[in-house]
Amino acid sequence: MKRKAAGGSGKNAKPKKDIWELRLYVAGQTPKSLAAFANLKKICEEHLKGKYHIEVIDLLKNPQLAQGDQILAIPTLVRNLPQPIKKIIGDLSNTLRVLVGLDVRPKM
Amino acid sequence: MTMAKEKTRLLRGGLQKVRTGIEGLDEITNGGLPKGRPTLVCGGAGSGKTLFGVEFLVRGATQYNEPGVFLSFEESAEELTKNVASLGFDLNRLTASKRLLVDYVHIERSEIEETGEYDLEGLFIRLGNAIDSIGAKRVVLDTIESLFAGLPNPSVLRAELRRLFGWLKKKGMTAIITGERGDNPLTRHGLEEYVSDCVILLDHRVVNQISTRRLRVVKYRGSIHGTNEFPFLIDERGLAVMPITSLGLKHTVTSQRISTGIPRLDSMLGGKGYFCGSSILVSGTAGTGKTSVAAHFVDAACRRGERSVFFAFEESPSQVIRNMRSIGIDLQQWMGKGLLHFHAERPTVYGLEAHLASMEKSINTFKPKVVIVDPVTNFSSVANEADVKAMLIRLLDQLKSNQTTTLFTTLTASGGSLELTEVGMSSIADTWLLLRDIEIGGERNRGLYILKSRGMAHSNQIREFLLTNKGVDLIDVYVGPSGVLTGSARISQESQERDIESIHQQEIERRKLNVETKRKALEAQIASLNAQFQAEEQELKKLTEQEKMRQNGVSKLREKIAGMRKEDENSGRRNR
Repeated sequence: MKRKAAGGSGKNAKPKKDIWELRLYVAGQTPKSLAAFANLKKICEEHLKGKYHIEVIDLLKNPQLAQGDQILAIPTLVRNLPQPIKKIIGDLSNTLRVLVGLDVRPKM
Repeated sequence: MTMAKEKTRLLRGGLQKVRTGIEGLDEITNGGLPKGRPTLVCGGAGSGKTLFGVEFLVRGATQYNEPGVFLSFEESAEELTKNVASLGFDLNRLTASKRLLVDYVHIERSEIEETGEYDLEGLFIRLGNAIDSIGAKRVVLDTIESLFAGLPNPSVLRAELRRLFGWLKKKGMTAIITGERGDNPLTRHGLEEYVSDCVILLDHRVVNQISTRRLRVVKYRGSIHGTNEFPFLIDERGLAVMPITSLGLKHTVTSQRISTGIPRLDSMLGGKGYFCGSSILVSGTAGTGKTSVAAHFVDAACRRGERSVFFAFEESPSQVIRNMRSIGIDLQQWMGKGLLHFHAERPTVYGLEAHLASMEKSINTFKPKVVIVDPVTNFSSVANEADVKAMLIRLLDQLKSNQTTTLFTTLTASGGSLELTEVGMSSIADTWLLLRDIEIGGERNRGLYILKSRGMAHSNQIREFLLTNKGVDLIDVYVGPSGVLTGSARISQESQERDIESIHQQEIERRKLNVETKRKALEAQIASLNAQFQAEEQELKKLTEQEKMRQNGVSKLREKIAGMRKEDENSGRRNR
């Protein structure tokens, strides 16, 4: 289950300085991971429209990646860009905390 | 008999165990850790938890063909490899040959934001992947409690840990989980709640500025185990637990005897010396010559071509050699010939267990027939009496089982009872020589006697112990009406006695002379009497002869007269 999602014109847009590279680690299609993906999609569309890139990694298929990215908890969202790397664990249901974790200023 | 067999069968069948390969631990636990179950190893900082885990894996990989996974939550693989390299463990080699896998789980609290429900499936996948990639049988989690600091929700963590240990069990992993020692519960976060099959406690305590590591099996479900606290060591061979009670009174003895090196002492011990393989205690107050007795024994052993180890805990080897040279014993030559090995250390360098280990190492490498420990009482500065005794018992058991004769000296505090050794070691000694001061006439002299000597006839006499430039000499003390005399008092007493003796001798001579003259006078008298008697006898003889002649003459005359008277025959016959 490797899904790629890019918001709006993101696919054709050239990588800009403020592009958001996000990775979501899941283990199979559990309710928690599905909820996490849905929540993430919603938040990104709302706050980072057009400048984000989501990669979903299923550890059941690529277990060795758990070691490389230091993943313990499932689901885990990793913000690779912009630096520094941030990790957010849980199903991302608490939007406010996700925004704090990603360091995104919510749009008023 | 059958019951005993049944019992052993039950004991064996009850629980399968996995040998850890850690020296001594498998003895305490009767075969190792429970197979396919997690074991909790807890202890304070620096108590050796990580090393315990690493050694478990390294031994498993190298000795029992069981690959292992080390999941580290504290140190990176590089750090760990460097840290254990000093103990002779080459993790890189094991990793390269796929017998070991070290995974460093790094969590940074500041990087993590919790945004809803989660589980630790990632850790499971990670561990599962590691286990499968090398076919691991052993797992170490060191220390999983770091997760409590890294992850925000303890209740989730607890549930997940419970699941993890269940999962490990299901996978048949023999696991070690390390935990930080807490104040009241065994571990800070109560891990013992989840791991209940076997709990081992490591302790690192400092008594009198000397640190000692100790290990205790707190709990071992379904198995008999040693419940004592066992001292353990970390040295260049890794971890070594020392079960003091592991050896028993099983050693066989010989009736072979070996010389003490002091001829007179040999004769006091039934003429042949100590038993081979026995333990000899030499006790005495300061300066009574304990080391000299020991040196004689070593010298005699080396002379026979036997190897000896001299454990000096008070003097340096060169000091002992110099001092012994002053009484005519050259120990240097034996060192040169490789027959004598000195092992000198201050007792305070390290704890008792470390001493015991280093002594055992010397003994195992040198394989001596004679061992000297001079003095054991110095250890009381390191540990308490009971510990010292336990250590000695262990040392002696080992030495006795190798038929090694051991002589150890103890210093008795002056003023106290001489027969009370400081460490209470008299019971473990087979032969006990007591050296003591005898204070008479303003001087101090040394005395020696044999307090006990198991299994041989021995002298009950006190001997004066002289240190001459030709070694130790034992001489009879003067025992007279004025008590026991030694030293110059003995010598003056002896000369006094000699004077008296010579006077007596003169008196006897005089008497002899008297008698002789008397005898001569009497003999002269006898001779004169004899002469007188002989003269008288002579006279008597003469007289008888004369009488005979006279009678002859008378009869002849009578015949003549009868012939002349012509008497008839009858009358002549009648007259006769």
